[in-house]
Amino acid sequence: MFKKILIANRGEIAVRVIRACHEMGIAAVAVYSDVDRAALHVRKADEAYAIGAAAAAESYLNIGKILEVARRSGAEAIHPGYGFLSENARFAQACVDAGVKFIGPTAAAMDAMGSKTRARQAMERAGVPLVPGTSRGLESIQQAEEVAARIGYPVMLKAAAGGGGKGMRLVHAPDQLKSSLEAAGSEAERSFGDSEVYIEKAIVNPRHVEMQVLADEHGNTLYLGERECSLQRRHQKVLEEAPSPIVDADMRRRMGEVAVRVAQAANYTNAGTVEFLVDQQKNFYFLEMNTRLQVEHPVTELVTGLDLVHLQIRIAAGEKLPFMQEEVSIRGHAMECRIYAEDPDNNYFPSPGKITLLLAPSGPGIRRDSGMYEGWTVPMDYDPLLAKLIGYGTDREQAIARLTRALSEYFVGGIKTNISLFRRILSDADFRAAKLDTGFLDRLLKQKQDGEKADQKEDAQAQVAAIAAGIFAGLGVSAAAAGERANGGSEEKVQPAARWKSASRREALR
Amino acid sequence: MVYDVTIDGKSYRLELERAEGGWACRLDGREIEVDAVLARPDVLSLRIGNKAYEIKSEHVGSDWHVWVGSARFASEVRDPRSLRSRARAADDQGPKKLTAPMPGKVVRVLVKEGDEVEAGAGVLVVEAMKMQNEIKSPKKGTIQKMLAAEGVAVNAGDVLAIVE
Repeated sequence: MFKKILIANRGEIAVRVIRACHEMGIAAVAVYSDVDRAALHVRKADEAYAIGAAAAAESYLNIGKILEVARRSGAEAIHPGYGFLSENARFAQACVDAGVKFIGPTAAAMDAMGSKTRARQAMERAGVPLVPGTSRGLESIQQAEEVAARIGYPVMLKAAAGGGGKGMRLVHAPDQLKSSLEAAGSEAERSFGDSEVYIEKAIVNPRHVEMQVLADEHGNTLYLGERECSLQRRHQKVLEEAPSPIVDADMRRRMGEVAVRVAQAANYTNAGTVEFLVDQQKNFYFLEMNTRLQVEHPVTELVTGLDLVHLQIRIAAGEKLPFMQEEVSIRGHAMECRIYAEDPDNNYFPSPGKITLLLAPSGPGIRRDSGMYEGWTVPMDYDPLLAKLIGYGTDREQAIARLTRALSEYFVGGIKTNISLFRRILSDADFRAAKLDTGFLDRLLKQKQDGEKADQKEDAQAQVAAIAAGIFAGLGVSAAAAGERANGGSEEKVQPAARWKSASRREALR
Repeated sequence: MVYDVTIDGKSYRLELERAEGGWACRLDGREIEVDAVLARPDVLSLRIGNKAYEIKSEHVGSDWHVWVGSARFASEVRDPRSLRSRARAADDQGPKKLTAPMPGKVVRVLVKEGDEVEAGAGVLVVEAMKMQNEIKSPKKGTIQKMLAAEGVAVNAGDVLAIVE
């Protein structure tokens, strides 16, 4: 087993991996950019190295600097987390060349999955169900028109190198095809340096369901059940759950077996995720494979009882998977909310800044993977994911109830977060009935304009706020000591705190 | 103490006196039994009668929010005896400052000094976390001063421009 692992990431995922390292008796090496010196992952690591300026290209995406830290620290392996270098085949290869184990798939497996058109070709050969369309880039508008007419409108244009919704266009009718094709191509060129665009039949109101796979380096590939990820905003996942409410044991087995075939077709090793679109008749189609640990991996961990990061590290160290497919079982239900620093009242615009107050939930069935702390200033330079709040219960209803309860305990002051959005989602009747598809969240957010101002605020609550505001003012809160009975005659209780304060001031002066 | 408290734009008159074991409290003349413990800075455990509330206090820039459970209330407390608070009412006229709502970088300046702008017209664009946010004019008027330049990093609350 490794003695020391470098984590080439930041935020909650870096903390998550550091924790796994410590649980396994492995030393954890953090890297940080100039604006992340005070970040939580630096505090939790055993060693920490500065790797440059805030811009990711100068730090978290800088292969040379990260490998230099691996050399200096003596780390034997690198965990890339998600995002940044996690799906960069060049980085995976550079690790091999530097004699450091990359905790993830090989560069070749990433390459096979990195281009969506090449992945489609490989999957076609492996007999994996695909959304009808082309498995090669479109060569002309005439070809696009022919294919679209054959598979039927609406169609989706997609960038071969794409991801995150960039270079994607939904086309409803032939007369929009030409302009959409040009727009998708130029956006793909700008975003990925590759203008290749292909065409697929657009599945109306699909669900997005993905299958977790694990493959060791001895030819064993297993599936760990699915995650429902239909709740998305601008093609970014917002809330995920496991199991999917529409997947039964038979469908899980069929999807799982396809996912294993997908992974094997690419000689895949380590943890990966095979994404599927599911139509209203529950037909599922291969969408793409994510060659990394997913943000939403905790929901799978809770319902399978497995620790995916431990297993990733064991696989990378050359161990065999310690269980068989028949031993994997799904128990209970888990759901994850991605807590972002963004402003629900300002079109979910990022809201970096200082966290002045943080009250974190806990209790039965609650897991919190967080990268923030009170007093920390959220930098403006990176993805605004602050934490993941995950609820677990015997069934979906209890998971929702626990998560709802935990959200009401969660308070992040000083910056805006999307916590209120989850309260809305979890109380929505369609959500509770599990009537989900990828358009769900957009529809919910549209309703918002009408109902929101009325937002369960009551007159009685406003009166409570008025009294509280007066008491805060009356106490001169900043001067008052915590724990003080904020009532009359408390002078002697203030004293110890005051003495402690003056003592600490004296200490600081010495 | 007597306070004028404004909660989400609605005004209340609050009389608060420390009394034996609690506060003597009158809200708009109505007597209310209140017991409060400051659990930690910015968190108040409040009992009104036998009902219990967890109250959070949050300062964001110049705004003050008081949270009752999960409901947020924009709050202001004035001591009516103070002259300063009386003067504040006349504040709507005259020059208005445009401030940065968050730390970020000015990526575009859309107008220059002396330009006429309508209320709601874009004045500049600030980028943070790879997203761009247009800062709009709060009123119809003239750009009296443009204090921001393209490419400059700004902090939350920094004055970017003044509209007269």
